[in-house]
Amino acid sequence: MIYTMDQIFVLLQHWLMGMLPAALQPIAGILLGVAAIVCLFPALFALTTVFERKGLARIQNRIGPNRVGPLGILQPVADGIKSLTKEDIVPLSADAAVHFLAPLVLVVAVFMGFAVLPMGRNMVLVDMDAGLLFFFAMGASTELAVFMAGWSSRNKYSLLGAMRAVAQMISYEVPLLMSSVAVVMIAGSLSLTKIVEAQNHYTWGLPHWYIFTPWGLAGFLMYAIATTAETNRSPFDLPEGESELVAGYHTEYSGFKFALFFLGEYLAMFSISGLGTTLFLGGWSAPFSFLGWVPSWFWFFSKMMLSIFVFIWMRGTLPRLRQDQLMNFAWKFVLPLTLVNLMVTVLWRFLGEGWQRWVFCSAILVLAYAAMGLAGMRRGHFGPRRYRYAE
Amino acid sequence: MSIAFYLIAALTVAGGLAAVLLKNTVHCALALTVAFAGLALFFLQLDAQFAGFAQILVYIGAVAILVVFAILLTRGSETPKDGVFSKNWFVGLVIAAGVFAVLGWAVLQSGHVLPHETAVPVVTVLQIGNALMGRYVLPLEIVALLLTAAMIGAVIVALHEKESAK
Amino acid sequence: MTPLSGYLIVAALLFSIGLAGALTRRNAILVLIGIELMLNAANLNLIAFWRYGPHPEALTGMMFAIFSIAVAAAEAAVGLGLVISIHRHAHTTDLDRMNRMKG
Repeated sequence: MIYTMDQIFVLLQHWLMGMLPAALQPIAGILLGVAAIVCLFPALFALTTVFERKGLARIQNRIGPNRVGPLGILQPVADGIKSLTKEDIVPLSADAAVHFLAPLVLVVAVFMGFAVLPMGRNMVLVDMDAGLLFFFAMGASTELAVFMAGWSSRNKYSLLGAMRAVAQMISYEVPLLMSSVAVVMIAGSLSLTKIVEAQNHYTWGLPHWYIFTPWGLAGFLMYAIATTAETNRSPFDLPEGESELVAGYHTEYSGFKFALFFLGEYLAMFSISGLGTTLFLGGWSAPFSFLGWVPSWFWFFSKMMLSIFVFIWMRGTLPRLRQDQLMNFAWKFVLPLTLVNLMVTVLWRFLGEGWQRWVFCSAILVLAYAAMGLAGMRRGHFGPRRYRYAE
Repeated sequence: MSIAFYLIAALTVAGGLAAVLLKNTVHCALALTVAFAGLALFFLQLDAQFAGFAQILVYIGAVAILVVFAILLTRGSETPKDGVFSKNWFVGLVIAAGVFAVLGWAVLQSGHVLPHETAVPVVTVLQIGNALMGRYVLPLEIVALLLTAAMIGAVIVALHEKESAK
Repeated sequence: MTPLSGYLIVAALLFSIGLAGALTRRNAILVLIGIELMLNAANLNLIAFWRYGPHPEALTGMMFAIFSIAVAAAEAAVGLGLVISIHRHAHTTDLDRMNRMKG
């Protein structure tokens, strides 16, 4: 019974495949998996838009959408009808072909990332040997779509927004990759299923998730910062800040194309939090060994939605960072700390089991963080402001 | 020669042709990205997974964006007045056609001595990692030095002029 | 025609297209685009031979291609930095106009 609940989607897929002739079965299996992903994640996106608007509203001491359904649950239906029926305005001097292709490239690149996430026991669409590398390759392709959107609109503000967004995404890609490399070093494989299986052990009922180790906690925090910047979420959302740049690189988009950009941004958030749960939070494994009877996909999706909740919480709470502040932060603070984290991971691995490695690794990380923080704070000029004008 | 090979070949060659023939420079850069993607698909079809993903990550994720930034910083997206091909374009075309003729003839003539279909070499990422740290550690360190030197050099070359212009 | 010949012909075609682009276009950045196409064609050759050739050493072709990708990225960065610097000095990227040694 527990096994059936845990593997219910896999058994459903095999049952549907069994109804077809043998030659078509492999491709039918893959198509069923793709259809499941394409239907499930946009539905989660619809739920998350309501979740976000209500959550932000409550943080800001107001109510949020409450007219469309009970407690505003049907708001995404209204939003969907609105964006599908609005006029699709393309500026006269815009580059029509690139303007049309930009949201498509974004959504396709983001959907590809879902193919390697293990969403439950035996529930990964493609089990690749280099799965993590594939995920990051697809993430790198989204930057080009952002640039295409900003440039093709022939609008100064769109182009500025696109350049800022691309610069930010490139800067934070390096800490993202380096904090994942620490996990790969300990797990010994780039395959995401093997990384989850390496975390699926329990000691005295507590799990071996990587976040419960010193290097894992530091790595997870840096991964969280890097993903917030990669998906252009607050506090790193200057490229799409309403008060600075109208709407940044998607200013000139209306109707369904704007909805596609929105979809792409939220799906990127889902896939990158899914990767974060796989790498650091143990993927589909249960928090305590006595909770192993709950289906594995339930744990994966709960952890993913918890990360989304933290994203929404950060958006409502923290002010926006300026462009030079966030670039400084990336290159001068987060990147050196990820390098220190790599060294600490090596030390962890080669010190062997015991209490020594916990003490040494935690001490080194805390000292490095304190040292970099003090060095950063010492350089605050609080005199008269110096202005630099564009040449 | 499966249908997938012909489709990917058509995509790549079309991307390459568009990259050198189009008038708008940014369109050329985007067509180059399509050519890179086609090549990544070729690598995946040839069972070179690591090389294919590295191609996407490095070329599409970094080199294409570099090219696009450079086009924007040098005002390349404005339409040129005198045309996009240089005065001696015909000589260049003849040379390129000559090179293709020689290479194509060499490949077709030696069809009987080329190796036949062999078993797929199974190369895991673990083996690549071990090789990089074992047999190929010297090239790895040299490439690391090269990349550092290139990075510092590019920053200095692109930055220095602004200081002297002030 | 063996599969290997097919890949080699495609690589040769890409190489000559890149060469034509590098030799006929006016904008310096398009010359660099042509060079990148040529490097990619050579990489395709390497991987095709790795797949279809006899392998006493199963890794050499793949390693060669990976190092080639890394070096090409570095060279693209330096080349584009040079083009930007020249544009700042001469206010043009048109190669037909840069035909004097005097700055």
